[in-house]
Amino acid sequence: MLKNYIKIAFLVLMRRKIFTFISLFAISFTLTVLIVISAMLDHMFAPVAPEVNMQRTLGIYFGEMKGPDSTWNGNPGYGLLDKCARNLPNVELISIFMENQTVNSYLRGQKIVSSLKRTDGEYWKILKFNFLEGSPITNEDEEKANFVAVINKSTREKFFPNESAIGKYIEADSQNFRVIGVVEDVSQFCNSAHSEIWVPLSTNKDQGYRREVLGRCVGLLLAKSPDDFPSIKTEFAQRVNNFEFPAELKNEYNKITCFADTSLEIISRQALGDPNPTKLILILIGLMVLFMLLPAVNLININISRILERASEIGVRKAFGASSWVLVGQFIVENLILTLIGSILGFIGSIVVLLIINQSNIIQYANFQLNYRVFFYGVLTTIFFSFLSGVYPAWQMSKLNPIEALRGGIR
Amino acid sequence: MIKLDNIEKVYRTSRVETVALMNINLEVKEGEFISIMGPSGCGKSTLLNLMGLLDAPTKGQLLINGKEITSYKDKYLANLRNQEIGFIFQSFHLVNDLSVLDNVEIPLLYRKISSSQRRQMALKALEHVGLTARIYHFPSQLSGGQQQRVAIARAIVGRPKILLADEPTGNLDSKMGEEVMNLLVGLNEEKTTIVMVTHDKRMAERTKRIVRIFDGRQVG
Repeated sequence: MLKNYIKIAFLVLMRRKIFTFISLFAISFTLTVLIVISAMLDHMFAPVAPEVNMQRTLGIYFGEMKGPDSTWNGNPGYGLLDKCARNLPNVELISIFMENQTVNSYLRGQKIVSSLKRTDGEYWKILKFNFLEGSPITNEDEEKANFVAVINKSTREKFFPNESAIGKYIEADSQNFRVIGVVEDVSQFCNSAHSEIWVPLSTNKDQGYRREVLGRCVGLLLAKSPDDFPSIKTEFAQRVNNFEFPAELKNEYNKITCFADTSLEIISRQALGDPNPTKLILILIGLMVLFMLLPAVNLININISRILERASEIGVRKAFGASSWVLVGQFIVENLILTLIGSILGFIGSIVVLLIINQSNIIQYANFQLNYRVFFYGVLTTIFFSFLSGVYPAWQMSKLNPIEALRGGIR
Repeated sequence: MIKLDNIEKVYRTSRVETVALMNINLEVKEGEFISIMGPSGCGKSTLLNLMGLLDAPTKGQLLINGKEITSYKDKYLANLRNQEIGFIFQSFHLVNDLSVLDNVEIPLLYRKISSSQRRQMALKALEHVGLTARIYHFPSQLSGGQQQRVAIARAIVGRPKILLADEPTGNLDSKMGEEVMNLLVGLNEEKTTIVMVTHDKRMAERTKRIVRIFDGRQVG
C-alpha cells in the first residue's frame, strides 16, 4: 500500500507542476532560512572553542554614568572593572581586556589592516584557543608589558606565508611585537574571542586607560558554577553602587550602573533594555513560528485545492473499502514526500548559503556548519511542517461523503 | 443476499426536507441480476447507494448476507464494502494518475495481501474483461468502453459477492454498451449477484428481474 501511495504521490506532484513548485519553494526556502539562522545561533551560543566555558561565564560589556546634566554610556573602563570585578566570591578567574581596535601594519610597502585585542593573561585561561604553534600571553607578559603577540592563522599567512611565525616580529599600531603563538581563526560572532592580533593590555600606548571608569574594556568572569551567577551579580552590583568616582568626574556624575550578564542576557539587554532573556526567547520563537506559519497556511490552502481536485478518487477509494483514517494516512504520506523533497532542497540550499557566507567573509572568519544539532532541528521542523500543512486538509478531505466525493463535491 | 425492509431516506437541510425513498421493501437473492428502472430523480441511485453502504437510511432495516447493518461506523462499513461489494459507475471513476493495472488493484490495497498476489489478482480480473494488452496504459489512453471494462475489472478483482452498477452503459454507445452488458451477464452466470440501475429498457430486459421506482416509491 505504501508503495502505491508513494507512486501516486509522485504522479500527483508531477501533474500540477506550478503547485508543486510553489509548495517546494515555500518549504525549502523556509527551511533554508531557519537552518542558516539555527547555524548562526548555534555558532553564537554553543560552548565551542575558544568559548568552551561559556556556560559559566559572565561578561561585563556595558556601563552607564549619570549626573544631573549628563549621561555617558559605553564599555566599562579598566578602573571600574579593576575596582569592582576583582576578587568577587565564587569567581574562579577574571579577565579584563580591551575591545578590538583596528590597526595598520606595513609590509613591503603594503598596508595591512588587522583587528587587535589587548588582553591580560587570565583571558587565555578562560578562553581555550586552538594553538597551531607557540603559547599564549601570560600574566608575566602583562605585568612586565612584554611586547609579545599571538596572531591568528590568516594573519600568519599574510605576514609569514608558508613558514613558522614564532620568534618573528610583527608591526602593528606602530609597535613591534614578537610573535609567541599562532591560533586558529575565530569567527567575528565570538565577540570576546575574535581578533587577529592579541597583545598584552599593558602595552597600550596610553596608560591612562587604567583610571578610566568607562572606556573600551570588557570583563569576563569565570564562575565556579552557573548556580553562582546570582550571588556574583548581586555582589558586583553592590560594588558598582558603592563605587567612588574619581575627582575629575565627581562634579558631573553621581550614579553608575554596570552589569555582569550571560551572553543571552547581554543580547537581551541590548535589544530590549531588559536582561531577562525569556522575553527575547519568546519573541524569537514567536517570529520563527510566524515565519513557519505563513508558508504552512499557504501549503494548507494548496493542499486543500490539490486534494479537492481528487474528490472523485477519494470517492472511489471509499467505495472500495478505504476508511477515513486510511485516506488520512495516504494524504499524509503524500505530504510527507513533498515535505521531504522540500527539506532535501532546503538542506542543499542551507549548505550553499552557509558556504557562501563562510567564503564571502561577510562575517569575518565565520565557520557556520550544518552540525547534527542543526540537522535535528531541521528534521523536527520538517515533521512539524508536514503535519501542520497536511493533517488538516487530509482530515477534511477524508471526511468527504463518498457519494458527493464521486460527484466531485464537498459535503 | 440483500434485504431492504421498510427503508426510507429523507434528505434534510435547515429549510427543506426531501423524501428520496419511501417504504422500500426489496429482497435481492444470491445469484440474481436485477435492474432498477425509473425516471431521473426518482431515487434509483439513492437506493443503490443504500445497498452499497455508501449512505445510511433514515428509517428501516438493511441486511447484507442475512446480517443486519446495525452500525454505520466508517471503519465497519469500509471493511464490509471492501469484502462484499463491487461498484461500477456510469462515468467509470478511474484514477487518471494510475495505470490500468494500478487502478484495478485499488480494492486490494485495503486488504492484507502481498503486492505479488495483488498483481496476480488484478491481471486475472483484467484477463476476464479482455484487457491484458493494456495494463500499463493510463485511463486517458483508452476508449469509453475500455475504461468501463477496467472499472468492471476493478469491481470484480476482490471477488465480491455483490456487484452494484449505476448506469454502467449510460456513457457508452450501443455497441460498447452491449459489450459491457455481455460482461455483466457473464459475471452473473458465474454466480455474482448484480443490481443495476438503468434507463435503458433493452439492457433491463436482459436482467432476471426489473424493479421500478417512481417518486421514491417502489411501483413494481
